[in-house]
Amino acid sequence: MPTISEKILAGHAGLKKVEVGQIVEAEVDYIMVNDVTGLPAFEVYDANFPDSVMKRDKVVLIPDHYVPNKDIKSAEQAKAMRVFAKNHKIKNYYEVGRGGVCHQIMIESGVVAPGRLIIGADSHTCSYGALGAFSTGVGSTEAACAMASGKLWFKVPETQKFIVEGKLGKYVMGKDIILHAIGDVGVEGSLYKTMEWYGSAIENLSLSDRISISNMAIEAGGKAGIIPADKKVDEYLKGRVVGEYKPVYSDKDAEYSQVFRYDAKDIKPTVSEPFLPENARPAANVDIKIDQAYLGSCTNGRIEDMRAAAQIIKGKKVHPDVRMIVVPASTDIQQQMIKEGLMDVFINAGAFVSGPTCGACLGGYMGILANGEVCVSTTNRNFIGRMGDKGSMTYLANPYVVAASAITGKITDPNEL
Amino acid sequence: MKSTGKVWKFGDNVDTDQIIPAIYLITGDRKELAKHAFENARPEFVKQVKPGDIIVGGSNFGCGSSREHAPRALIGAGIPVVVAKSFARIFYRNSINIGLPLVEADIEAKDGDVMEVDFEAGVVTNTTNGKTAKFPPMPQFLKRLVAAGGLVEYTKRQIK
Repeated sequence: MPTISEKILAGHAGLKKVEVGQIVEAEVDYIMVNDVTGLPAFEVYDANFPDSVMKRDKVVLIPDHYVPNKDIKSAEQAKAMRVFAKNHKIKNYYEVGRGGVCHQIMIESGVVAPGRLIIGADSHTCSYGALGAFSTGVGSTEAACAMASGKLWFKVPETQKFIVEGKLGKYVMGKDIILHAIGDVGVEGSLYKTMEWYGSAIENLSLSDRISISNMAIEAGGKAGIIPADKKVDEYLKGRVVGEYKPVYSDKDAEYSQVFRYDAKDIKPTVSEPFLPENARPAANVDIKIDQAYLGSCTNGRIEDMRAAAQIIKGKKVHPDVRMIVVPASTDIQQQMIKEGLMDVFINAGAFVSGPTCGACLGGYMGILANGEVCVSTTNRNFIGRMGDKGSMTYLANPYVVAASAITGKITDPNEL
Repeated sequence: MKSTGKVWKFGDNVDTDQIIPAIYLITGDRKELAKHAFENARPEFVKQVKPGDIIVGGSNFGCGSSREHAPRALIGAGIPVVVAKSFARIFYRNSINIGLPLVEADIEAKDGDVMEVDFEAGVVTNTTNGKTAKFPPMPQFLKRLVAAGGLVEYTKRQIK
């Protein structure tokens, strides 16, 4: 009666089965670090382990937080990754101009596939659960140790079942489903657990919308956020995937610690108010002026997100008191935006369009906030000081809401435009 | 083994952006990071914290990002142990892996109280208000990790 998580961990630990709560040592398929989590990992690796044991084919290095280099210290940090890649002959290194936000690149590169066990030194590594993998965030020291041993310790998590049935309303996306769920269970509601997602509303979601859901599992404290792989995943991976894969599914009588059921029609375009992602409210119920509208990130920086926002803003103008910042999550998405004429749509509306970077999502650069400023954003966290000054405020939302709000100058449900 | 120290009390959901703001994620050095611990959330912390002081949190301590810089900053500040009702999982892993002891206990405390953590007995005692709380022993595997000196030492033996 095992769940997807139990099966993947057991399989990678060479065990027939595992118990919830058991600690196992499992072979990981891939280990990813970005520029900020990489530096501490490289220092640990080079101080302790020889190059001869490096599992170089499993390592993926993706600078994204503070690149293109934000300042001198960030330049040093990015250089450290470049040097590490060269010294250890790591082929999977994505230089600026040929990469993007780490989780988007991991998915685009084809190393993510159903049934795999992937770790990343970044909390949103849970994103790959949308392709049926068990993927979870880890720290820098353990990423370095995994590079040396190819393995890592894991506590086998309980699994919660989330079922969303019915048809989503207009302008409602995967983002709203996960904000709604986090609003329901709280920022600790899935602590140490895997969230597994089922139901007609989930099955009808695009892969991009599913990624938003898996991406934010960590915001409920989740260890993983997994959506059983189906034809949409196979289609995406055709011609793209590295190696072979075999999807893993929970047994029909799998044991879940809790079951949550949501009716899709109850989910509206949602915002999460500062300062926790669990403060979910219908956008229509929130009346606040904004200074910035931010469209991007590993949560919602894909071409589908760009199309959604473009649909709202085409032919309209960004409000005079607002700046809108558009950040595609990868070079591929940036090129696709050009091909589809979306760059023009945003620029003509008065938005600033950037190349791929994590940028302002975590208060890095490329659009951080001054004291008292309010941003509505497609990103994933709204803690105090997340996107800038500790006196600034961030409201989390889907791309339709961000675009509608950019036009009106205040948080707006696009149904009311 | 026991740790006794002055309490810094925090509430629920102390996130890693509070522990170490993102702008300082440009070094891995514990002492450097310690200079900016809780800079936005409690600006007086860096000026007043003394090695041996104990942090007491509520639920979901260390939530948010995976940044290992967070426990590194606390180690750099000389914090010997963090006591909290519950810990976010990546923060928990990072702390255990790099040698910052964590104790899961729900104990009443306020700033300035004196707290004693008895690792062997599995008890924390607030000697100022007399309250005590038991905490569960660490899983065997994690005890071995800590006994080995952390994940790096453990891994070194593994790859031999």
